[in-house]
Amino acid sequence: MPTETEDKESVSWQSDSGVSADVTRGERLSEFFEERVRKPAIVAWADRRTRIGLVILAFYIGMAVVAVFDLYRAPSTNQAPQLIGPFESWAYPLGTTMSGVDLLSLIIHSTPDILLMIIAGGVWATAIAVLVGTLAGYKGGMVDRVLMSISDVVMAIPGLPLVIILAVTFNPKNPIVLGILINISYWAGLGRSLRSQVLTIREDSYVEASRTMGVGTPRIILKDIIPNLMPYVTVNFVFAARYVVFASIGLFFLGVLPYSVQNWGVTLNYAYSGGALLTWEAAHWLLFPMIAIMGLSLALILLGQGMDRVFNPRVRTRLAESSESTRATDDTTEGY
Amino acid sequence: MGHYYLRRTARVFVTIWLVASLSFGLIRLLPGGPFTLLRANLLRQGVPASEVDARIANLQNIRPNAPLWEQYFDYMFAAAQGNLGTSISLDEPVSQVIAEAVPWTVFIVLVSTILIFVFGILLGAIQAYWEGSRFDQLVSGVSITLMSVPFYVVAVLALFVFAYQFGWFPPAGTIGPTVEPGLTPEFVLSALKHAVLPIFSYTITGIGGQALAMRGNSIQVLGNDYVEVARLRGLSDRRIATRYVARNAILPLYTGFLLLLGFRLGGTVILEQIFSYPGLGYYMWSALESNDYPLMMGTFLVITIALVIGVYIADLTYGIIDPRISRGETDAY
Repeated sequence: MPTETEDKESVSWQSDSGVSADVTRGERLSEFFEERVRKPAIVAWADRRTRIGLVILAFYIGMAVVAVFDLYRAPSTNQAPQLIGPFESWAYPLGTTMSGVDLLSLIIHSTPDILLMIIAGGVWATAIAVLVGTLAGYKGGMVDRVLMSISDVVMAIPGLPLVIILAVTFNPKNPIVLGILINISYWAGLGRSLRSQVLTIREDSYVEASRTMGVGTPRIILKDIIPNLMPYVTVNFVFAARYVVFASIGLFFLGVLPYSVQNWGVTLNYAYSGGALLTWEAAHWLLFPMIAIMGLSLALILLGQGMDRVFNPRVRTRLAESSESTRATDDTTEGY
Repeated sequence: MGHYYLRRTARVFVTIWLVASLSFGLIRLLPGGPFTLLRANLLRQGVPASEVDARIANLQNIRPNAPLWEQYFDYMFAAAQGNLGTSISLDEPVSQVIAEAVPWTVFIVLVSTILIFVFGILLGAIQAYWEGSRFDQLVSGVSITLMSVPFYVVAVLALFVFAYQFGWFPPAGTIGPTVEPGLTPEFVLSALKHAVLPIFSYTITGIGGQALAMRGNSIQVLGNDYVEVARLRGLSDRRIATRYVARNAILPLYTGFLLLLGFRLGGTVILEQIFSYPGLGYYMWSALESNDYPLMMGTFLVITIALVIGVYIADLTYGIIDPRISRGETDAY
């Protein structure tokens, strides 16, 4: 669905000509900043969910920074007495594990790898999905049929078991490789839904205009189609990232994935098999990694939900105060 | 239309064939090759060196010294006949182990998926109807919170609280040790009691997402002109809600069913391990632990077949639910 602002750009008599002496590079940059950075930022911040999501995410990034610059002691066995309860001493605020590891340092020091992993997984899944979806949707015909058949087959392979078998086979330890591995087949479903969006965009008049002008396929996809998909892609990037969190921690918990440093999932596994299920005294050993996982995925979900609104053109223009006409007409869904 | 069903059916077989080939190829990529470890194990068990090759051939339906393409054909022919080799750790035919495991996994996945759909759609519809109300806000908040909880976290917590602390539900197994399988009340009761916690952890974490999706779809449908027209025509609220809104709002969810089913089927590897529930996922995990490659590949293959069949059924029935559906190809540019 073309929005008002994007329509203006794709007609592009003012911003893309390059011949006009009136528009300098600086003006173009500032217009880009205005449209693509400032306005979305205002709208994003106006939504409570995005705000909470960003704050939580910032907290995790803070933890990652602390871990990377080694501002807090690294976890090691027998650095503390065994199984101290949470909030009992200032030295070990979250308590310690059975083998005397400070739980807080464990949680902090596994953050950087997990963040790297979810970014890698998200980028991989969305990049492949955009490639497949736009190509299949725009080219149609044979290309479409082949690409969609492939993604149908990939979709039919259950994700987790495939990842497990691949993990056993290739034994990757690098968090980036691991993120890609976990989302190895995630693109299929996303690519399919992107394709159906492209199917409607390709019939729009400005795409047809580009085509009749003889613009090549890569350029049309890059300039006309992908900008219209960006909102959807961004939201799905967040959801793909959340999937990586769920799947990776689950597999670490199972003890399937190889690891060099303990992380939330491995801690969960040790707690689970170390008898934390049986007594309340060791419950914190299970609970705090769980809270770390849920916090991160909550942040990602809130961000995804909130961003869905950012890209809703009506909300966007109203909040960024760029259009008078849209203010009065925002009550269409009320009254039912 | 008939052409479509034919192609769709052919794709089922192509997919299964591809996955079987994939599993054959992956066995060859496994650390140390498929036979090194097995050979070492057999020798350690005291099998004479002269018989080792024969044993391996028996276990994996593969003659280790034959050329690759012959191994491939042997493997595929055996798999097509339902012979998936012999489990190394359990010393039973893989197909027999799997046949015992499949019903339990299908039971858990099917029941939880149906529950998620029913509750998610009901909640989402009510939310959309009362959009903006306190109820709507509350349910949305709870839904988002539940979406951020992985099912295995709920599973571990449920196991901790309801099985170990309160002892209301058994912590492991599919039926009680003294219960005889059969269609007796004790059997059904025992099976249900063992399945409550796994189904609960799957369902509770899935409802939120479905409810939010249904809410969004319904609100979108409610804003459409044809709903307004139906209202102006004086149709009853009930008729509008069921025939106009619900029907159109559920359709997109039905396609999402595919991904949901795949996610649940794959997730059983984690879920069944937590509850020691001997279904497909449980055996896949235990095969992994004991380097039992025939069993691992067999469970992988069967999980995939289950998903392929589920999606196939969903695809075929989609046309019945949505008669508008067009199977047309698009013009090539």
